[in-house]
Amino acid sequence: MRAIEIGTDIARRAKNHGKAFVWALYGVGLLPALWAFYLGSTGGLGADPVKEFEHRLGLWALRFIILTLMVSPLRDIFSINLLRYRRALGLLAFYYVLMHFSVYMILDQALDLNAVIADIAKRPFITIGMASLALLVPLAVTSNAWSIRRLGANWVKLHRLIYVAAAGGALHFMLSLKTWRPEPIIYAAIIAILLAWRILRPYFLKWRKSMRMSAAR
Amino acid sequence: MAYRSPPVPSSQITPRSIYLRRREFLAGAVAAGLISVSGARAEALKAKPGPYATDEKLTPLKDVTTYNNFYEFGTDKADPAAKSDNFKPKPWRVKVDGLVAKPAEFDIEDLIATMPLEERIYRMRCVEAWSMVIPWTGFQLSALLNKVEPLSSAKYVAFETVVRPEEMPGQQGLFQALEWPYVEGLRLDEAMHPLTILAVGLYGETLPNQNGAPIRLVVPWKYGFKGIKSIVRISLVDKQPPTSWNLQNAQEYGFYANVNPQVDHPRWSQATERRIGEDGFFGSGRRETLPFNGYGEEVASLYAGMDLKANY
Repeated sequence: MRAIEIGTDIARRAKNHGKAFVWALYGVGLLPALWAFYLGSTGGLGADPVKEFEHRLGLWALRFIILTLMVSPLRDIFSINLLRYRRALGLLAFYYVLMHFSVYMILDQALDLNAVIADIAKRPFITIGMASLALLVPLAVTSNAWSIRRLGANWVKLHRLIYVAAAGGALHFMLSLKTWRPEPIIYAAIIAILLAWRILRPYFLKWRKSMRMSAAR
Repeated sequence: MAYRSPPVPSSQITPRSIYLRRREFLAGAVAAGLISVSGARAEALKAKPGPYATDEKLTPLKDVTTYNNFYEFGTDKADPAAKSDNFKPKPWRVKVDGLVAKPAEFDIEDLIATMPLEERIYRMRCVEAWSMVIPWTGFQLSALLNKVEPLSSAKYVAFETVVRPEEMPGQQGLFQALEWPYVEGLRLDEAMHPLTILAVGLYGETLPNQNGAPIRLVVPWKYGFKGIKSIVRISLVDKQPPTSWNLQNAQEYGFYANVNPQVDHPRWSQATERRIGEDGFFGSGRRETLPFNGYGEEVASLYAGMDLKANY
């Protein structure tokens, strides 16, 4: 009986530690935004601080989307299980997308809603960016245990929208620039590989299973 | 046609006491490590105040020299200042040829010593919807063109930037943003317009490398990319010459590239602009972009009867 108590105690502590790590991840994840905000407020973001702030937030959004998409292949291929951090990574991506858009609307366009609406309607790269943001909203809203229980199998289907949003984000970055540059191509390539993995995954798992079975024989 | 410069209201002239202190400002900026002095050293230029000054606040030197589009040194705005230390703007010669009676090569030192240098404070509107106010030192392009005597067959002026991959890192490597040399062009009447200058300095000193040393074009009613930098050749031609950004993406960048709030860039609006170094982080007052960047009174007549939407 004592052994059982000790066992649950360890499990509870591990769970609390896990939670602490998740909260720490939110804290660390928001540091780049805070740092950029601090730099921007103190003249450290160069001659056009608004644009620089906007761009940094957009880049971090893409980075967190990439990290979110990496959780599942890391588990499949390398048996590294970061599943408990995936929600935090996904939500951080969403927060950065939201901040990116807010800075564009508030600081860049100075709340000129007509200009913002015209941009969204007329500029394909902004249309794509806005659509990707819109796709992330239902995902963020349903990123909680209650929604997972409530939606059941539909939750998984719904959250596949991140694939579309990720592709949209990569495209948005690529189309926003005047010339071909390495950065957007690298981001797009990473996202393309991570999305391709979703297609290849069933074949990979089947192949590994057959390998294991033949090894067991 | 005789052209008379509009008189300069005294309100538009920088008080001499402040103007004279520009060295202190520069020295401070150098000491603070804001300006690179490892390359060609800036030299003071003697120039008389020119017409077309503005009472708008000058963009700080630090911003003018650290926020640049000069793809020969890299595509990032900070690249030109960070990666142009090895560029050698002297010695330098500019060849002026083509449909002229007296083709010639000019030494930059001679041009600085002999041309009538003026300080011109111009607004600079980038096609990316930001703007600056810059005190250039230079001379009218017309003064140089008159020396070589354009033939009546000359209709356009073509410009060419130097190609030096060993000194210009943006001209090396896998991702080259544009084809080199960078080329630009003007109609002859645009080139002869008194607003059009060849700048050899800014803020009273010779041009920093990142701003197009030792000599660059400034056409204040056009988007900034028309202001070709580090010019080695100027040719008078009879047909509209190719221009770099138009070659790169003809739908987005036209030959004329006159500042026009009515004609949007396909990917952003040109109706407003953000003034660099002024608005800061908050309350960024985007300001209305003016037709011809506010120089319509002087230049609109050049385009009378022309469809400016089609000829963007």
